[in-house]
Amino acid sequence: MKHWKKILFWGLAISLGLVISLAPMPVKATSSNQKLFKIQASRFAFSPAVLAVNPGDQVTIELVSQDVVHGLSIDGYDLHLVADPGQTASMTFTAGQAGSYTLRCSETCGAMHPFMVGKLQVGGNDLLWRAAGLALLAVIAGVWWKRV
Amino acid sequence: MFAPGESRLNLARLRVLDKLIKSRWPLLLARSITLAGFVFTILVGLLGSPVGSHNFAIIFVWIAWWTALKLFFIPLGGRSWCSVCPLPMPGEWLQNGSLLTKAQKSIGLGMRWPRRLRGNWLASGLFLLIGIFSALTLTDARLTAWILLGLLGTAMLLSLIFERRAFCSYVCPIGGFTGIYAKTAPLEVRVIDSDICKSHAEKTCYTHCPWGVYPLAMRDSSQCGLCMECLRVCTYDNISLNLRPFGSDLGQTNSITRLDETLLALVMLSSALSFSAVFIGPWGWLKSAAYDVGSTAWWAYTGAYLALSLLVLPGLYTLAVWWSQKTGQAKAPFKRLLADYSQALLPLGLFTWIAFTIDFAFPKFSYVLQVLSDPFGWGWNLVGTSGVSLPSALLGAAPVLQVGAVVVGLFWSANLSQRLVAKQVQPARARRAILPLAGFSLLFSLTMLLLLLG
Repeated sequence: MKHWKKILFWGLAISLGLVISLAPMPVKATSSNQKLFKIQASRFAFSPAVLAVNPGDQVTIELVSQDVVHGLSIDGYDLHLVADPGQTASMTFTAGQAGSYTLRCSETCGAMHPFMVGKLQVGGNDLLWRAAGLALLAVIAGVWWKRV
Repeated sequence: MFAPGESRLNLARLRVLDKLIKSRWPLLLARSITLAGFVFTILVGLLGSPVGSHNFAIIFVWIAWWTALKLFFIPLGGRSWCSVCPLPMPGEWLQNGSLLTKAQKSIGLGMRWPRRLRGNWLASGLFLLIGIFSALTLTDARLTAWILLGLLGTAMLLSLIFERRAFCSYVCPIGGFTGIYAKTAPLEVRVIDSDICKSHAEKTCYTHCPWGVYPLAMRDSSQCGLCMECLRVCTYDNISLNLRPFGSDLGQTNSITRLDETLLALVMLSSALSFSAVFIGPWGWLKSAAYDVGSTAWWAYTGAYLALSLLVLPGLYTLAVWWSQKTGQAKAPFKRLLADYSQALLPLGLFTWIAFTIDFAFPKFSYVLQVLSDPFGWGWNLVGTSGVSLPSALLGAAPVLQVGAVVVGLFWSANLSQRLVAKQVQPARARRAILPLAGFSLLFSLTMLLLLLG
């Protein structure tokens, strides 16, 4: 009997986990827009550091370096931008799948260069909500496991 | 190989491993290689490029070694890194007067470590010190080299004053957290038949143990450096190297109240939050504050980090334990509960650090390949990898892996809380008594997820 309870417990926990991880989230109907961001890069920081767009948006980034040479690349996108001090460099791309993508400085710019990051948020931050749901499920399952 | 009724596999029964363990030469070889790497790292740190991302010392210590420690050595081997760590070697050789075994006459005073300084208090303090200067340490190759030299010198000095591995047991900031997280790992050294040990007057395992651990009295793996010396010297072949279920040391009520371990577990949690905000977050002002040592902003950062580590998290945890004791009417003393329940912070902390390390190290692996070709940052291209960079598409998997790590750690922590509470309170009250502890773990994990993914 206990064996079957364990199977039921894990079956239920894994099913709920899959639902939380994979269930489609409500998507706001939006038309593709053009978005322009003027990013100032200086001493370990992009400003603004978070760019919010929707999937399908035409995104133009103008990178202005205020001190030394800075670069900009985006995880998951094959893009690369370099801005000399005082100069503006720009690029345009189409925002793809919803998600959160890290912006990184791609030119060695100083001691904290490897940690100079920002974020491109395409659509809602579904992963964070799903992760919060999974965390709640993990706590409940952890407390209940071995009680069954 | 499996003892009857035991879920343990004695790896020392495997012939190849037994030969490797019983001879002292393989370990000496491995330790010599790590010592050579250590000396090379110090030299490169002092002589190479001052730009951290182009210097072998920074990339190998803080990216390659740190990642290996957090993703491989600790989760799978507990204190396995300690068995090959180069830091205590020169001091230990001096202390022993020999490379392989103890000479008749050892060098040094051989004093006992002061009772008041026992435990993880010093290790917690040193880890906080590293945390305060983390932005500088992780980016300045010269400073990294001097820290490594300082640790080597301290270990050597302590070996000449105190007996055995005093530095590793009580001072090393890495050894401290490696020790507490070793309780979660699936590897242990244990006595096979305790009756044989009780009747063995010479206690060769204890007299030869560099760590001063008596295997029969070992309550967990936190102080065992897996050097295997006890397996070599046991005249009855009565000690095993076991593969065991994960977390076998956890979930017990202890006879000793170890608040030093509780504090270290909380310091590790607060440091994971703080490092995530500084190194992974998009806040340039915070990076500057952590980096500009001595500035007003740096003092504010230091104050906030210390407050989080010594007041906020310990305060919230204490509140959770107090609430749990009140609702569950646990009879054990409050201090004992603080110590016992903090075992649940270990899987939480370990998996949080794994999640942090994934984001911290994955995008920077291309630097590892680059410094292999150009360790000094002088423009060399020794093995043709100086210009290599990882495809950015590979980095897309990191957030999913991080969520997985946090969720596994949280499940384990909540489950452990449930088992620990069940030992202290009546079953009817157990469910309510778990809630504050599970709530603490959930709140911490949600904050970490927000920093990693928000």
